[in-house]
Amino acid sequence: MILEGKVWVFGDNVDTDAIIAARYLNTTDPGELALNLMEDIRPGFAGQIEQGDIIVAGNNFGCGSSREHAPLAIKGAGISCVIAVSFARIFYRNAINIGLPILECGDPLSKALPEQDLIRADLDSGLITHLKTASEYQAAPFPPFMQEIIKRGGLFEYVQFRLGEKS
Amino acid sequence: MSKNNGMTMVEKIFAAKAGKKQIAPGELVNVKVDLALGNDITAPVAIKVFKKFGLDRVYNPEMIVLVPDHFTPNKDIASAEQVKLLRNFAREYEIPHYFEVGRMGIEHALLPEQGLVRPGMVIIGADSHTCTYGAVGAFATGVGSTDLAAAMAIGEAWFRVPATIRFEYSGQLQEWVSGKDLILYTIGQIGVEGARYKAMEFAGPAIENLSMDGRLTMANMAIEAGGKCGYVQPDEITFEYLKGRTDKEYTPVYSDSDAEYEQVLTFDVSSLEPQVAFPPSPDNVRPVSEASDIKIDQVVIGSCTNGRIEDLRVAASVIKGKKVDPNVRLLVIPATQQIYQQALNEGLLTTFIDAEAAVSTPTCGPCLGGHMGILASGEKALATTNRNFVGRMGHPESEVFLSGPAVAAASAVTGRIVHPKEVI
Repeated sequence: MILEGKVWVFGDNVDTDAIIAARYLNTTDPGELALNLMEDIRPGFAGQIEQGDIIVAGNNFGCGSSREHAPLAIKGAGISCVIAVSFARIFYRNAINIGLPILECGDPLSKALPEQDLIRADLDSGLITHLKTASEYQAAPFPPFMQEIIKRGGLFEYVQFRLGEKS
Repeated sequence: MSKNNGMTMVEKIFAAKAGKKQIAPGELVNVKVDLALGNDITAPVAIKVFKKFGLDRVYNPEMIVLVPDHFTPNKDIASAEQVKLLRNFAREYEIPHYFEVGRMGIEHALLPEQGLVRPGMVIIGADSHTCTYGAVGAFATGVGSTDLAAAMAIGEAWFRVPATIRFEYSGQLQEWVSGKDLILYTIGQIGVEGARYKAMEFAGPAIENLSMDGRLTMANMAIEAGGKCGYVQPDEITFEYLKGRTDKEYTPVYSDSDAEYEQVLTFDVSSLEPQVAFPPSPDNVRPVSEASDIKIDQVVIGSCTNGRIEDLRVAASVIKGKKVDPNVRLLVIPATQQIYQQALNEGLLTTFIDAEAAVSTPTCGPCLGGHMGILASGEKALATTNRNFVGRMGHPESEVFLSGPAVAAASAVTGRIVHPKEVI
């Protein structure tokens, strides 16, 4: 799958309290959560996002809580992909499970890409291209063992398949 | 690929679950879990996903634990509706381990107390501090709500077997230095990413002499270093703790003497001071002596990290006969009903109330900026909780410092962050 979108740049250790503050955790609706995305660290960000935009970040993106509301808010806002140098493990797991595409890229794209520039990301090969300059960056494609869940669209679809097998 | 290497405790637990003689870090396993936990924030999402499977029963009702603890007693209408979802789900699917307000506690204090977590178990929880249960020699890790839904439907979860970092602590702890100080110090040393995706094995003489409450505190904060789990191998202290809490059989699992660790870090903690994590990160750790000019507005003693009876005893012993500084609010939150009752019987709550503290029913409350003690702009809190990112306890322009209960109690008296020696 190939994605193209304009980038929004974040730094290291963007934690789950920053992504979606606890005061908003009494809803589970991705559309509602999206309205408050990154509110405490970047007020007004939610209003700037367009469908298909991409978040690019540094190390340890999504650290902190296990709240699935974090990737849900990001996906609900129309972000098509998050590319980071590294992800905190529960966020990584949640993103795969809900079908929010993520890529781990060793090159710190957050330092190389100007905000709102367009990039193309190939989720199968992990190749990322900065369209304006044609610079290429290589992210790690998903390890083979994640493929089954991703191919099916998320953990829910995978479990449905398993339940179907039983009956 | 595999020769017969020694394995760590976590590798052995996964090998046994996966029916393999040998397992190595990086391998994927899909295993049956022994326990799956959710709370009032995370279980509603899981329940919505579960209902879409169209099943008329859960895989195993005994395996599920539901604890409404974050925004309870119901904080507002939206929270009340979320808890109602949990309650109705537990009734509809006949799930015995639903703990109602008045009978509950903060989940990671409640489950060990109730004997629900034991050595050798594989435990998942839709809460990042599920890693707490590694203190009893289980594999326990935080997962998302969809993972919880999957476990409720088919009783399984997928895992990538983590590599293990071994932390050896030698030396005898100074007075007033606790498990909280050990883990804060450790996180300060390795950073919020220092154990990312790893199992953290806590070992050495200082750990062997650490009480179960202290071990639960340490394992609780493994996630703050990015850890997949944190554990202490079972010993006499573990067995003694479990006696009377459970009559279920369990098999303790131990790391082999030739287990392979990704790293072994050794710390001599004999001269370790109490530690304080400065905002805005749990790894911004310094000795308490570097914090003494910091004035605070609120102190919180409680949470799944430090709301247990030993924590309350230590805090009470520091504050007994003194008053909370007139410019400070001290909130004391015993972590479970049982602990609350015990603290009451031991006179600890009288000590706190005499000192002009506010004592609350068990709840996560202020720890995550939920309710029961939110901060206004410009306010500073010192808390025995586990995270202090921007906006954690309220307004984005408030700040949170983290410490153990002894420092917290002493600081409530002086209005500044101090070593307990200054107050005793």
